[in-house]
Amino acid sequence: MQDRMGKDVMTTLVVAGGLIWLLPQLVSTYTLTVLIIYGMLGFSLGLIWGFGGILCFGQAAFFGLGAYTYAIAAINIGESTLPMLIAILVPAIAALLLGAMMFYGRLTDVYLGVITLVVTLILFKFINSTAGPQFVIGTARLGGFNGIPGFQTLNVPGDPDAYIWGDAYYYVCAVMMVLVYLLVSALLRSSFGRIAVGIRENETRMSLMGYDVAARKTILFAIGAAIAGLAGALFANWGEIVTPGLFSLGQSAEIIIWCIVGGLGTRFGPILGAAGLAYLKFALGQQSLIDNTLITGLILVLFVLFLPKGLVPAISSLWKVSFARRSPSRVHQARRMRNRGRANG
Amino acid sequence: MAEVVLETQALTMRFGGVVASDNVNFKLRARELRCLIGPNGAGKSTFFKCVTGLLTPTEGQVFMRGQETTGWMPHQIASLGVGIKTQTPNVMDNLSVFENIWLAARRFHSVDEAKHKAEAVIERLALNSIARSDLGNLAHGERQRVELGLVAVGDPWLVLLDEPAAGMSAEDVERMTEIIHELTKTAAVVIVEHDMQFIRSIAQTVTVFHQGAVLMEDHVDKVMSDETVRNVYLGKKAG
Amino acid sequence: MDLSIVILVEMLYAVASLVLISAGLAVVFGMMKVINLAHGEFMMMGGYATITAVNLGANVFVAMLVVAPITVGLIGLVVERLVIRHLYGRLVDTMLATWGLSLFFIGVATMIFGNTTTGISTPIPGFSVGDYQINGYNFFIILVAIALVVGMLVILKSTRAGLIARGTMQRSDIAAALGYSPDRIYMATFFCGSALSGLAGAVLAPLVGLVPTSGGAYIAKAFITVIAGGPSLVAGLLSSAGLFGLVNQIFTFAISPVIGDVALLVAAVVLLRLLPQGVTGKFFKGKL
Repeated sequence: MQDRMGKDVMTTLVVAGGLIWLLPQLVSTYTLTVLIIYGMLGFSLGLIWGFGGILCFGQAAFFGLGAYTYAIAAINIGESTLPMLIAILVPAIAALLLGAMMFYGRLTDVYLGVITLVVTLILFKFINSTAGPQFVIGTARLGGFNGIPGFQTLNVPGDPDAYIWGDAYYYVCAVMMVLVYLLVSALLRSSFGRIAVGIRENETRMSLMGYDVAARKTILFAIGAAIAGLAGALFANWGEIVTPGLFSLGQSAEIIIWCIVGGLGTRFGPILGAAGLAYLKFALGQQSLIDNTLITGLILVLFVLFLPKGLVPAISSLWKVSFARRSPSRVHQARRMRNRGRANG
Repeated sequence: MAEVVLETQALTMRFGGVVASDNVNFKLRARELRCLIGPNGAGKSTFFKCVTGLLTPTEGQVFMRGQETTGWMPHQIASLGVGIKTQTPNVMDNLSVFENIWLAARRFHSVDEAKHKAEAVIERLALNSIARSDLGNLAHGERQRVELGLVAVGDPWLVLLDEPAAGMSAEDVERMTEIIHELTKTAAVVIVEHDMQFIRSIAQTVTVFHQGAVLMEDHVDKVMSDETVRNVYLGKKAG
Repeated sequence: MDLSIVILVEMLYAVASLVLISAGLAVVFGMMKVINLAHGEFMMMGGYATITAVNLGANVFVAMLVVAPITVGLIGLVVERLVIRHLYGRLVDTMLATWGLSLFFIGVATMIFGNTTTGISTPIPGFSVGDYQINGYNFFIILVAIALVVGMLVILKSTRAGLIARGTMQRSDIAAALGYSPDRIYMATFFCGSALSGLAGAVLAPLVGLVPTSGGAYIAKAFITVIAGGPSLVAGLLSSAGLFGLVNQIFTFAISPVIGDVALLVAAVVLLRLLPQGVTGKFFKGKL
């Protein structure tokens, strides 16, 4: 058990290290940075949806909340370390409140979808209408549809004049992503994570066994929101401006598509889905033959119809099938490994 | 006399104009085995749901070991040490037998203890050969048995079972009977059941429900030979 | 006095437009338990169908009341055959697939009509009540909404198709066992639902500048109206549209249109928290 955990951490570090070193040779670090940030955002939904069974139509709300919180705090504080922390805390607290309201009300699937979607819309509409000078938090004007530009971007902790940008910022984001990935892996391996999977499988059963399902879902929801908030803050630093578009339904839809395409119930799937599709969008953005939205939509429809489990599970089962042809005894082993893998998230 | 572990006072549940459970006074003592019988719609399952917290009764109270639990959530009731099995198999289909039982054990034990507990229960219920299979791939009888394992692993002092023998083969029923008898060594057991064969083989005291209310409560042989009971229940069933 | 008339008309208009916006989605959800998230885009296409027909020389009312519903209904039919029918019974998957369709249609519309605002003028002139100007077209919307509700009631209550529809709504498995092919019922339902969406989009088109992303403005409102309404088709639609329309207008008059929208959304959240099965899940049970 301890052994496998160490192995998992080692694999993660080696693969991540390789990718962090290799990718800048192929894609500019500026683009890579935003791909990583989207990866983290996809990961946040992948956690609560894939392992907790909570389908949130408004993950973008927490992303936007993190970005706005960072921008507002950075303007007021004039330094970036504390604002980063606040930008994680505020979405988490918002999610705790929202989650407690939903889960203690025993709301499920469609109703959960409606409420999260509606809350996103409320935020979007509200932020959009704050163009007037009366909408001020501290010294930061909310700016309505124009957003908030010109805030302090990431600096070395303790030294507000030492900005972290360009390649250095890429490495910061990459390390953050790896950290979040390792923390979530540990979480999923813990009892909390396994119980979350149990709740995903059968809520009634878990509550009949004595687990407080509502409380656990609320906490998981808040953890997802905290990660989305961190991604939002990193995004604010990358774009150097925050706009209401961060809260938009289109943004929420994209996060869901990333998860579907990458594969739910896996850790790596949503990250891959997010980075891959965001890169595809970026590449398609340079042509004008076919509309971008059309392709995104088509991808979602096709995946739901033909590959509802997503890429990563499909590829790994393909891998196992080809194993099977060569030696039958290995299938058995592979199946056992898979079961064990499931137990450990 | 043993301690009263489950008691309801004037328990009433109405759905709109329908009285599904009507002024039920019920008492169960430690290590007692009790079957609840009655025709369809007699209010057995409603009573069961009110006691387990799946429904909140309109009126009346529920007490467990002297503590009032009326209106509690199912997880709070389960946390007291009450094992519950619902009518339809309620298990985690995409997890293995071991994982299912481990999750149930983990509620009351540390990680390592839960592992030992789960292994012990798997041994006891003869589930070794399928311990690594996903529940979704198992036969109905096996799933029922696993669910009983989920209940047993928490070392409950009160066990509530809704139709545990439904849809099982004779062999499975026999095994189920053994497990239930073993449970009664440490726990009071309430069984909601249709299968008269099964009830005869397992019960001593039987409570008969009719139109939401308790019709009679006595030894199984007396109940079976009672004229009124025959009319409302057995008679109908035979006809 | 004049002001109160204006407010009354505005209230009615708000409720009527919510009924219109939600009707298509309500029919599909009520009958098939499918949430069509491309509903807003169906409305958008209804709008474009109207404008195109008018530009080609058709009468504006013919374009709105005939051309648009039929065009969008046929598109809906294709969508049902190609996508939806593979996903019956998988609520979340249909939501995701139709969300994908919504993006797809936005893309198609952008490629055909470009990312610019188009529109037609309202075919009915406004008039004044005292010092206030009332948009005459609002009455038309109210009329269409009333006709729609009455039409739905009549069809459901007194036709054979309506009877089958009601049966399917309550127990689709029993209806199937009685020999009514669910496949054909669903096809017909989706056609009707899409046609209603097209109609709503067409009727509302003169009031808004149309862009390919117009649908997004409708879907959320329609979605929450239908879910908050609960299982009964007409009663649910009317009660939740009435409630939300009222809340929206009160806050619009008292504060601002944005706050009106926000108040509507907050009302929806509170309502669903209190009545998770929707209004008709609790009241008006078993009504149409």
